[in-house]
Amino acid sequence: MTGALAAAASTTSTGEAVQFWVLGTVAVIGALCTILMRKAVHSALCLAGTMIILAVFYLANGAYFLGVVQIVVYTGAIMMLFLFVVMLVGVTAADSLKETLKGQRWLAVLCGLGFGILLCAGIGNASLTSWNGLGQANSGGNVEGLAALVFTKYVFAFEITGALLITAAVGAMVLTHRERIERARTQREQSEARVRTGRNVPPLPAPGVYARHNAVDIPGLLPDGTTSELTVNATLRARGQIRDVSGEALAELAALEQRSERWLGRGAKGGGAAGKGANGTSANGAVNGADGDGADGNGENGAHANGKGADERSQDAGSHKGAAK
Amino acid sequence: MNPVYYLYLAALLFTIGAAGVLIRRNAIILFMCVELMLNACNLAFVAFSRLHGNLDGQIIAFFTMVVAAAEVVVGLAIIVTVFRSRHSASVDDASLMKL
Repeated sequence: MTGALAAAASTTSTGEAVQFWVLGTVAVIGALCTILMRKAVHSALCLAGTMIILAVFYLANGAYFLGVVQIVVYTGAIMMLFLFVVMLVGVTAADSLKETLKGQRWLAVLCGLGFGILLCAGIGNASLTSWNGLGQANSGGNVEGLAALVFTKYVFAFEITGALLITAAVGAMVLTHRERIERARTQREQSEARVRTGRNVPPLPAPGVYARHNAVDIPGLLPDGTTSELTVNATLRARGQIRDVSGEALAELAALEQRSERWLGRGAKGGGAAGKGANGTSANGAVNGADGDGADGNGENGAHANGKGADERSQDAGSHKGAAK
Repeated sequence: MNPVYYLYLAALLFTIGAAGVLIRRNAIILFMCVELMLNACNLAFVAFSRLHGNLDGQIIAFFTMVVAAAEVVVGLAIIVTVFRSRHSASVDDASLMKL
């Protein structure tokens, strides 16, 4: 006992103090960001940073095994599981700022402050000036010391832990498993059903018929300039992440009509529209049709016309083509 | 510096985690706050282990980590299941049993 008392220290090294104050500040900031960030992904990243700093503190406190386990298990496995579930549940699902209980947030902050003051006062009450370092306990190696304890004094708890882990793994599988009720339809059956109903027999039209706009979130345009919902992925449609460029397209179509009317000698208006219509690309294939060299432009428009595309405008463009020939 | 400061830090982190559990509504962030509280406890255990000069505190922290891992696995599975049926991860929306 006297030997242990002789080994007792009263202060740590200056390096550890500097490390504590620097990393401790970062850890508290990370914890605050965890509870204050609106998006769950940001919270998870801040929490991962805090956990890594805690691992450094474990190493500084002589818990070498726990420091490594903290990095491997917490930041490596648990936080990745969190991120996985955040991605699964929806990254865009930001927390609502609406309070369901009135004044609950301030009461919670007040409770937290009171609790923290209580804890710190309790710790401060136990004035401790000297302590036993882990030098003696870690003399045979930290992992060896832990193993000796786990497999002798705590062996029963260790075995219970094994049962707990098995239960947790089975429980997670049971909770997330969904039995398929009906048989999955094969590709052949799906195509036969498509033909039988007669809707969307060929593949769905591609998004972005412009050469300038070929991103997947831009819907393709019907011949009358309106957008075709079919061309955009259903997920993007449900999220409302569709960029609509039909306004530009309608303006270009108006310019095209002016040009064709001027070419036919019908109207005296539309002098300045030619410059705007000239940079139109494959979407206004009727420009080529009117000039007499683009027969496939009309065919492309006809492929996208499902129902309402067969209006008089495309018929009009077809008659221009015939006139040009 | 005295290792007691680690206890103060652990108390602070635990308090932040507890306040987060009270403030936030998203179930996933609630779980993260619970993890933060468990980590703060682990830090306190490790600091106690150093203060006392034996390894029992580290053993307890090790068991805490195992239990936290099991808890997270089951809890996140429950969150995913609730999200599937309700399309929401907010704890306010799970109010079916409220009077």
